[in-house]
Amino acid sequence: MSTDLQPPFLSVESATKRWSTGVTVLDGITLTADRGDFVSLIGPSGCGKSTLLRLLAGLTPLTSGSVRLDGMAPEAAREIMSFIFQDATLLPWRTVRSNVELGLELEGRTTTAQRRETSASMLRLVGLSDVADLHPRQLSGGMRMRVSIARALATRPRILLMDEPFGALDEMTRDLLNEELLRLREKERFTTFFVTHSVAEAVFLSTRILVLAAKPGRIAREIRVPFDHPRRAELRSAPEFLRLVGEVSTALRSVQNHPSAPNP
Amino acid sequence: MKRFLAQAGWPLAVLVAVITAWDLACRWLSIPAYVLPPPSAVLRVIVERHGNLASAFRVTALEAGGGYLMSIVAGVLIALFFARSPLIRRSLYPYTILLQTVPIVAIAPLILMWFGSGLRSVMLVAFVICLFPIIANTTQGLISVPRNLIDLFAMSNAPRWAQLIKLRLPHALPSLFVGLRISAGISVIGAVTGELFASSNAVGEGGLGYSITYANSQLQTDYLFALVLTASLLGFLFFFTVAALEWLCLRKWHESAMRTDAD
Repeated sequence: MSTDLQPPFLSVESATKRWSTGVTVLDGITLTADRGDFVSLIGPSGCGKSTLLRLLAGLTPLTSGSVRLDGMAPEAAREIMSFIFQDATLLPWRTVRSNVELGLELEGRTTTAQRRETSASMLRLVGLSDVADLHPRQLSGGMRMRVSIARALATRPRILLMDEPFGALDEMTRDLLNEELLRLREKERFTTFFVTHSVAEAVFLSTRILVLAAKPGRIAREIRVPFDHPRRAELRSAPEFLRLVGEVSTALRSVQNHPSAPNP
Repeated sequence: MKRFLAQAGWPLAVLVAVITAWDLACRWLSIPAYVLPPPSAVLRVIVERHGNLASAFRVTALEAGGGYLMSIVAGVLIALFFARSPLIRRSLYPYTILLQTVPIVAIAPLILMWFGSGLRSVMLVAFVICLFPIIANTTQGLISVPRNLIDLFAMSNAPRWAQLIKLRLPHALPSLFVGLRISAGISVIGAVTGELFASSNAVGEGGLGYSITYANSQLQTDYLFALVLTASLLGFLFFFTVAALEWLCLRKWHESAMRTDAD
């Protein structure tokens, strides 16, 4: 097959989601993503950005339209996908190590020794080797989120879906984890969809930013982020970075200014 | 040792005060021994009749413990069934509440009438009284698993059994223990109550409940006191066994156990 004819790695075709109450959450979303893209979804609350992520994961069924991930439907594509939730969603009764091994364990294709090896290297990757035998309760919020990331990466996903993963953290921790996430991306080359409320975070991380409008949820604007990888923390104070943050903020304000009832 | 004294000191002081007051009351108010025997008389009868007390203790422990274990197995199975759908819960839950609201003294004679007045029937009375707290608490634990955790398992395409074993059951464990602690104490109440009704027949002989009726009819009030103390000792033993088990299972990760740990 010639490469020109190859379908995009990830495609969403006029995806529409209506709740049983008749409310349209997402209306005809169409987008594609290439391997290695880092796409941020940003928009007012109620624009359906989290719902879009759940559609990609197959956790919420589509009302109409289609989603293909590497040629597969979402349920089938779960094998190559990991979801990182808003909270760390660790199992409190398991140690850090055993939490990291959960995904592999549920897949059931690895031996205990292999899992042990993978969890050790993942914990090294996120800098948590020292706390492998502790329970989640004994960790800080930032450390728990790191464990959650290590667990997601342990299955070697090619697609990473992240639903406001750093929203509950303080700014310093968030910045550090942003940098860490980019480092991990250099190593693992996963394609990422990232829901966030923070414009600066979206600009720092993404190759593309989709600004969504609410009622019904739709893509209002797409903004490319041209900065080279790897990105360093200093980028945050560069004039071109600040200019782009300003541009995205303006786009976000313009969708928020449309008259619409407040959303829960 | 110092910490133990600091923790046990106050309840022990209360115990000494109560026993002293009890003893003084018997002397000064010259209450007849068949109404309120002095502590010394109760102590004497405990020493003298420790053989009888021990065998009554064994019988009741067997009845209460048997009913308790049965209620754990049945209660958890019923809770698993209830956790399957809200429809099942809505349809059946009101009837399980009956278990809780109908007084055990009303059910006990029925059970003994239907199943005969053997040890097994008394066990059944204990079983019935223990069942509800275990069903109610375990169901609550099973259905309160956070949505994100369920989604997490869905993302791994985890089969139903894996979700049950690795997510729902461990998540419900702290709630199950709440039910187990409540039922541990009342299992003894169930067994003793059952024996009160079984005592007219020779089969119920030997248990604490039976002996209590006997001692009461013979106005052996000091022996009655000894029996009541033995029954509460049994309840305590059950309760602390469960509490110890709970500590072992939850101390590493659950808040309730961690707090005790830090005390």
